[in-house]
Amino acid sequence: MKKVYDSATEALDGLLFDGMFIAAGGFGLCGIPELLLQAIKEAGTKDLTFASNNAGVDDFGIGILLQTRQVKKMISSYVGENAEFMRQYLSGELELEFNPQGTLAERMRAGGCGIPGFYTKTGVGTVIAEGKEVKNFEGQDYILERGIVADLSIVKAWKADATGNLVFRKTARNFNPPAAMCGKVCVVEVEEIVPVGSLDPDMIHLPGIYVHRLIQGAHEKRIEQRTTRNKESA
Amino acid sequence: MAWDRNQMAARAAQELQDGMYVNLGIGIPTLVANYVGDKDITLQSENGMLGMGPFPFEGEEDSDLINAGKQTITELPRTAYFDSATSFGMIRGGKIAAAILGAMEVAENGDLANWMIPGKLVKGMGGAMDLVAGVGRVIVVMDHTSKHGESKVLKECTLPLTGKGVVDRIITNMGVLDVVPGGLKIIECAEGVTEDELRAATQATIV
Repeated sequence: MKKVYDSATEALDGLLFDGMFIAAGGFGLCGIPELLLQAIKEAGTKDLTFASNNAGVDDFGIGILLQTRQVKKMISSYVGENAEFMRQYLSGELELEFNPQGTLAERMRAGGCGIPGFYTKTGVGTVIAEGKEVKNFEGQDYILERGIVADLSIVKAWKADATGNLVFRKTARNFNPPAAMCGKVCVVEVEEIVPVGSLDPDMIHLPGIYVHRLIQGAHEKRIEQRTTRNKESA
Repeated sequence: MAWDRNQMAARAAQELQDGMYVNLGIGIPTLVANYVGDKDITLQSENGMLGMGPFPFEGEEDSDLINAGKQTITELPRTAYFDSATSFGMIRGGKIAAAILGAMEVAENGDLANWMIPGKLVKGMGGAMDLVAGVGRVIVVMDHTSKHGESKVLKECTLPLTGKGVVDRIITNMGVLDVVPGGLKIIECAEGVTEDELRAATQATIV
């Protein structure tokens, strides 16, 4: 089966529809599927729900889809650093569901693993627990959280082979593997597609079974907070 | 007289023992890394890294290498990377020995509030709720009172909680207190602070 496509637009062909639910990888601006987000912006698909840890910044990441009012709802753990997001949220144009970060990651992982719900102690006794089933295991309360199954996963990896085996780089891995797992269809963008057989099978982070479509492209990989130390003082 | 930010961080560093895996929050907790000395401490960054190194030299920033505060950082020889589900698996599973976190309010029963002020801009809890629910020991580092002089160490939190009954130890500019049955126990007063002054600045029950 052919997985490699020539462009982000071609890779998304036939997959996008208004009102769909998309799971996206990335943490802050690190490891985000920037090419696929740009292609979704160009496709103009509307009323999107995103499960994504963050919402990008005003002009990068999911932020570009907020500018064009394509997003209906965000499921995220942290949404600072985005003025347009806050404006739309406070004016009621945008729905927001806060999930604790680990709960969001596990919801994606579980959904992709055929687990429709799980109990966690994260959020017990807080607003997050409101309306959720509480169950006591060995004297400790846990709340029921649901697995996520998305219509589409969009993911960024470092390298892939043509069968979709993926290798991530440093902390750009973050939400990408769980996001990839929870989509009915998963489209991945990478910096480099290498020949089949050139990746060490023991060093593959996510096997190609999770990957349906694949593109290679040039990435901006913007840095959100450039922090450095002085060579003299070190 | 009381402890300043760096003295609070230095005091918090005394809580860490050789071999610990630790998660440090944003703000004063980040400074704790400067005071671990010769102790063999491995720092976790919940976006998917164990063995967090210092900020890079200028020109050596890597956009694929950031901490949970989205700042550029570096790796160490011991560094390991993993995905977010694995990262919070080790947090929720109690593998991280301790988290040192900031707070807006703490209560005598160990309740912690540090993510939301109703009516103000809410940015989200990030990984804080998972950390306080899962790690072995939760140590809070905060100012003892607000800018208006009101105690932040309370009988009951007034703000929405991050976790219920999760705090083990509180380190403030005025001293160190432990959450024990019935209230808080004074462990230590900061340099130049008397026990009477510490009690007077604390709304919570001291036992």
